[in-house]
Order: sequence, then structure tokens, then C-alpha cells
Amino acid sequence: MTDVKDSPQPGVSPPSASTGGASVRLEGLVRTYGKVRALDGLTLSIEPGEFIAFLGPSGCGKTTALRVLAGFERPDSGRVLVDGKDVSNVNAQKRDMGMVFQSYSLFPNMSVLDNVAFGLRMRRQSGDQRRTKAGELLELVGLGDQAVKYPHQLSGGQQQRVALARALAIEPRVLLLDEPLSALDAKVRAELRDQIRSLQQRLEITTVFVTHDQEEALSMADRVCVMSSGHIEQVASPDTLYARPTTAFVAQFVGISSRVPVESDGKEVVIFGQRCLVRSGGTTVSGPADALLRPEDVAVEVDPQGDGFITHKSFFGATTRLVVQVGEIPVRVDVRSDAGADMALGLHVRPSIIARDVLVASRTAIEIPSED
Amino acid sequence: MAPFFIYTGVGLGVPIVYIIRNAFLTFQGKFTFSNLDLLVHGIYLKGFENSLLLSAITAIIPGILGVFLAYAIVTSNSAVLKRMVATASAVLANFGGINLTFIFIAALGEGTGVITVLLNHIGLNPWNHGFDLYNFYGVALVYFYFQLPLMVLVITPALGGLRQSWREAAQNMGASNWRYWRHVGIPVLMPSILGGVLLLFGSSFAAYATAQTLTLGTVTLSPIQIGDTVSGNAIAGEANIGFAIALGMLIVLSITMLFYGLARRKASKWLR
Amino acid sequence: MVTVGESYFFENEEVGPGETPVGRRRRKKFRVWRLVVLVIAALFFLAPLYAGFKFALQNDSGKFSFWAFTTLPSEQGFSGAFFLSMRLALFTALVELILMVPTAIFVHLRLPKFRPVMDFVTILPIVVPPIVLIVGVLGSAPLFLKESPYLLSIFYVVLAMPFVYRSLDAGLSAIDLRTLVEASRSLGGSWIRTLWSVIMPNLRAALLSATALTLALVFGEYTMANLDGWTTMPVWIAQFQQSDAHVTLAAAMALLVGTWLLLSLIVALDRSQSRKRRKVGTQ
Repeated sequence: MTDVKDSPQPGVSPPSASTGGASVRLEGLVRTYGKVRALDGLTLSIEPGEFIAFLGPSGCGKTTALRVLAGFERPDSGRVLVDGKDVSNVNAQKRDMGMVFQSYSLFPNMSVLDNVAFGLRMRRQSGDQRRTKAGELLELVGLGDQAVKYPHQLSGGQQQRVALARALAIEPRVLLLDEPLSALDAKVRAELRDQIRSLQQRLEITTVFVTHDQEEALSMADRVCVMSSGHIEQVASPDTLYARPTTAFVAQFVGISSRVPVESDGKEVVIFGQRCLVRSGGTTVSGPADALLRPEDVAVEVDPQGDGFITHKSFFGATTRLVVQVGEIPVRVDVRSDAGADMALGLHVRPSIIARDVLVASRTAIEIPSED
Repeated sequence: MAPFFIYTGVGLGVPIVYIIRNAFLTFQGKFTFSNLDLLVHGIYLKGFENSLLLSAITAIIPGILGVFLAYAIVTSNSAVLKRMVATASAVLANFGGINLTFIFIAALGEGTGVITVLLNHIGLNPWNHGFDLYNFYGVALVYFYFQLPLMVLVITPALGGLRQSWREAAQNMGASNWRYWRHVGIPVLMPSILGGVLLLFGSSFAAYATAQTLTLGTVTLSPIQIGDTVSGNAIAGEANIGFAIALGMLIVLSITMLFYGLARRKASKWLR
Repeated sequence: MVTVGESYFFENEEVGPGETPVGRRRRKKFRVWRLVVLVIAALFFLAPLYAGFKFALQNDSGKFSFWAFTTLPSEQGFSGAFFLSMRLALFTALVELILMVPTAIFVHLRLPKFRPVMDFVTILPIVVPPIVLIVGVLGSAPLFLKESPYLLSIFYVVLAMPFVYRSLDAGLSAIDLRTLVEASRSLGGSWIRTLWSVIMPNLRAALLSATALTLALVFGEYTMANLDGWTTMPVWIAQFQQSDAHVTLAAAMALLVGTWLLLSLIVALDRSQSRKRRKVGTQ
């Protein structure tokens, strides 16, 4: 039961019902469970047709935010607005949003076709009408020939595609996905990722995608909203997020960062004997600070007088990742594998910064004022 | 492995074969259909009809009530309640036949029953309104006492298997509470409910001790009629009728458990 | 006899109406409904028990007294019946365990494909109820067996099989039998040693549970004992009904309390077992 054969046909046009997406605004959402603040005054605007990912570790509040948006949870305070209208007191049943759950959300007692048609049935469409529509959507996700099967006869990837078709069948203005790929194999995950993204782009539905996997978020989304402990760390496009993280959390959660203590005079810092510019957007306060370096920001040269020596080496295909001990600090450095082949453990090297500027975070506080 | 099969084979096989064989023999040992003939006529047929009717009543009503009761328990937030109920159901479902009899007599006996006396004070003495603990319906009432907990035990795992994501997905698709139950909840539960009812049916059909000690054999039920033949209360010349009745019971129970097995299989496919 | 792990009562806490804004009103109605159902059920089940205890704790003149319980042991035939039941119960339990423990282990280890067969076989005693079984037995049993009450025991073993097997099976599943046995064998343990030192101690809860079930079953079994003519506890109680209601009730309530204690033990053991399952190893 591979999913490869079942890719959506490029020639099939989307159902005539791509209504475009709604704008969504979350305002000051607060939700506490006992002592835990799941949401801490979350505020966010989402553009119509935008694909935004909520990214963060477990417990950061991303799923809670999604469920509040869907109507399954009531916030203690704050509002949810869709297309400018306050829907905070509207039932989940009436919000007209399509949701794809993490797993096991297909109704086991119905065929795939009936599952997809369920939302239409609730809207009292006639049998023929909804069955045709459901059939179209199954074609769209590449499962047109599985219409009479039952959920337990399908693989995990196929089930999630049916779940997607079911959510799209009601022509929602907002599409919500709660870690839909987490329970699937890596290969299936990658294929589904592309399918979801291309479908969304075609239909132009506002989409909120919750995940803890940064690769997923970065490869699929127009914007990524990184969360931790119930609040937003940074919202930006994937490349901005990666290249210009504004908080230490983002710098270390998205991609890898090594922390190197430096002395900052507000405009420049000295690392590995080099003067480097401080990146704007980070802290510009002078004093002791930490520089956050990506592995590709650093280069190494074999040098017996060098300050660092190699303690680890991992092969990743095109690149090789080294861990270079400089004084007390381990610094991760990526080198091309052909160069890296000659670098053995214990070898002394001289590290240098090859980035234009470095992100500097204050050493005492974790948070830095981020530009909005 | 072998000892197990030998023991079971002999333990069950020998009596069963004996029953089947003797169902077709007269007391003198000649082959005959007369036992079976007797079975489908007159009083022994009545016995079967009564047994089937009693089993149906005490399977369907406690079956349905049991689902509601189990639902009420499973959705409760009190861990204490759940723990108590778990033990209580296990005890009550296996309540030995004769204990139940005496307790019910103590409660609802005509003159001296504790509950009867209480109800009499407020003018609602059931005995004055046609209630009789020692007739067919009295027996049914007593059966409720262990059939209900049995259903609760059987259906609780199935209720636990109803995934929250189904309910939320249904809500998300625009289904009201009622529509969720009608289109998803109840259909998914149906195989388990059916299985539970069938189990109850079998349990009730096979019950002997309660009915016997409660009515002292005055209610016409197949198990009681079998008991009569063993204890020598049967009519001479019809001595082997007991075996025929037993054979009939075996057939009914086999069919019941066959469907029960099918229902269970369906349920486990969906409620994985 | 049917039991279910009490863990099932705790699964899926959120089966009720969700957390929606409108849900709040709905939930209140639901809570009221639930309370009504539980109260009615409680009344129905507690009323007869109350009546039973009331009767058992009265003497002939209607005053509260433990008299019925105190005279119980000295009533004619009681001790005979009690000890007969006890002997039968212990004998049954012994045979049951000797027969079922190796079988359950064997099926678990070597013949996993057999499990459906086992499930089917253990359903069989439900298809052949005591009333039917005794008829066949009385006719086909050899005379020397019929003169002994242990004939009953032999068939009690059959009646108890489904529940004992299920209990052992659950216990074996919880301890990941295969890995334990392989570990023991690779370290040099013989089969006997493995059984005694490795498997049995881990099965303690399941074994106790199975024994308790068997005891409860034998002490409550009336049908076969009565028709076979042996005066076990339940039979004695039924016979005694003619003489004195209070003492009869006392015996019945005593039996009830005893069974309750036994089955509480089983549920508690099952709870400790599933706790163990969660702590040790992978799911």
C-alpha cells in the first residue's frame, strides 16, 4: 500500500468552490489550566490565503491556540475574529472551519466517500450532490479509486489524505491542521507535505498548520509563528526566521546555534580574534553578551597553533558537521564533506567568522526586544 | 498443550456426546425421535418459549439501560465512583443465584419484605397492584439485578474506545450533539451493544439456580424442566426428555455465542 | 463469571459534551441527567442489599442483633457444608492452576497463532451451562466418581476455565513473557528454574486473581451441586431456607460479603498489574 502511485493528477482542476480564504485575528488570548498558562496573551493577524505554521516544542501552546481558533476550547479572555467578525462565542459546530486532526479522526463506520461527504450531509445537501462533490475531492487528493473502502483498510497516509478531503469538502474559509503528519513515516510525510502545500496554494485557503518539526514548518509555510510558553517568540517568513532570528529561543530552536560569550560595545564584538558587526535587530547594549552562531557562519582551517580542536565529527552527506572546542565553548561548524574528510578528531584548527554580522543576545536575559 | 485439550475434550465432550446420544434414545435404549417430538409440543415447548421470552426481556431491557448507566459512569469525573462501580459490577454480575433469591425475598417478599413494608406505608404496595415476585415477571425483575451490571462491564471498554477526535471532527463538520450520536457514536457502538445483548441473552437462558429457588419450579422454564427430570420429578416414560431439552439449549446457546463472536469481531475492527 | 479491568472505566475522560461556549449550558443539563441516572441505579442496587442486611441482623422478635451470625456456625450441617465447599474450592483451584498455567505460558510462548483457538475453547463453557453439563455428567460418569464430591470439582475446573485463562493471559501479556524467558535461558536457567524463579513471581497478581475467581465460583455454585446431591454451602443455604429466614439471610449475606472481598481483591490486583505494565519496558 504505497502512496507513490496515488499522487494527485495535475490535470484535475480544483472544485469550483475555491472561495479564497478569510482573514483571521487572534487577540489577547489567555488560557490557563490550573497553574499552567497555556496561552499568555497571544495576538496575531493572519492574511487571507496565507499558510502560517505554528511551530514550537510540546507545551508551548500551539495546539491550544489552534483549538481555541477551532472552537473546541474557550479562552479565559481574548477574542477570535474571522473576516472581522467576532466568533469567540460561536460554537465549533458553526464556525465553518475545516480541521485535520493528528490521527484516527475518520469515522470508522462509514466508507471513505461517506466520510468526505459528511460535512455536506450536515449542511443538508442532497445525496447525489454531496456524493459527486466528495468524489471530486477524493480525486483531488489522489484517492478517487478508494471511495468504497473503509478507514481501517487504508494506510496512515491515505487516511490523512481522506481527512484532508473531508475538511475541504465544506469549502471552509480557514483550514486547520493539528500536526497531521506526526504519526506518519518519514517518506509518507515528505510526500504529503508537498501535496498539502500545492493544494493549499491552488485553493488559496487561509491555513494554520501546527507542528513541532521545524523542517515541515520552514518548507511549507508563508510565515512561521514560533511559540514558547504560551506566547509568540517571532513571526516571520522562513528565511527571515532562519537568517535573522530575533530571540535566543528562535535562534536555538530553528536551526542550530552555538553560544559564544563575547564583549560587546554596542556596534561590534570580537570573536575568534576577529572584529564583527552586531546584527541589527538583536541587542545593541554594551557589556558582556552571547553571540549566536550558525554552523555555516563559521569556517575552520587546519592550524597546529589554532585555538580550537575537533572533538566530534558527523557525516551528513553533502556537509560534515564538526564540533570544535574553543576554550570551554563547543562550536558547531559545517564544512563541505570533501574538505572535512581530511579533518580528524583531535586536530587543531583556527576558527573564523565568515558571516556578515552576528546575532548578539544579552547574557543575562533570554529575551531581547524584537522588531515588530 | 496436550493435557489441556485432553482434559477439556473429555470434560466437555463426554457429557455433550452423552446428551446428544440420549436425546435420541428411549429409557430402554432404543433409537427414537419421540423425545424430540415431545420437545416441540405441549409443556416442553412452552418451557422453551418462556425461556426464550424471559431471556429476550432480560437481555434487551438491561442491555439498553446498561448502556446509559455505563455512559453516566464513564463520563463522571469522580475516580472514587468509578472504582466503586468497577468492583460493584464485578460482584453483582456474578451474583450467585441463590443469594439473589433470598435477598429479593427479604426485600420484596409479600408480607415481610423490607421494601414491601416501606412501600405499604406510603400506600404503594406492589403486591396490591398485581406484582408477584414468584411468577414469570418476578423472575425477570430479579434477573435484572445481575444482567445490568453484566452489560455495564461489557460495554464500558467499548465506550472508552470512542475517540474524542471523532466527536470533534463531527462537530467541526457541523454536526450537533444528537447528530454525532446518530451518525457516528451509536453506529460505532452498535456491534458492541449487540454483542452485549447476546451475551446477556445467553447468560439469562442458561440460568437455573435463581429461578429454581425463587419459584420452587412453578414457572415453566427449560432449565427448570431439565432439573425436574434429574431430581426425579419427571413423568415416567418421558425420562429422556431432559436430554432433548438439554440438546435444544445447547443449540440455542451455540447460535447465540456464534453471533456474539461475530459482533465482537466487528467491534474490534472499528474500535481499535 | 466476568470481570473487566477497572482501567477501562478511566479511559477517555472527555466523552461528554465539549468545551464550547454553548457547551456550558449543555453540560449542566447533562450533569443533572447523569446524577438522576446514578441515583436511580444506586437505589435499585442498594435496596435489596439493605433488605438482606436488615433481615440478617435481626433476631426472631425483630430487634437488631448479631444473633443470626453467631448461631450460624453451629447450625446443623453448616460446618459440614462449609468445609466441603472449601475442600472442593481448593481442589478445583489446584487442578485449575496446574492445568492452565503451563498451557497459558505455552500458548503465549510457542503458539501465538493458537490464541484464537484458545479464545474459542474458553468460550465453550459458557455455551455449556451448569444445568446442561450436569445432565450429561450424571448420565455418563462412572460410578466410582459419582460417589465422590470431587466429581463436581472436575467440572468446576471446566466452568472456571474461561476466566482463569483470561486472567493468566492478561498477566502474561503484561510482563512480556518472551523477553524474560529468553533472558533467563540465555543466562543458563533450566525450564523449571525459569518457571519457578522468573515467571511465577511476576505472575503473582494474576495467579491470586485466578485463584480468587475460582474460589468465588465454587462457593457460589448451586446448580450442579444440588442436582448431584452434595450439600455444599449454597445447597445448604437453600435447604435451610425452610427453617429460619434470619439465619438463611445471614449465611447469604456472609457469602456475599466474602465474594465482594474476593472480587475487590481481584480488581485491586488488576490495578497493580496495569501499573506495573506502564512502568516497565515499552508499551
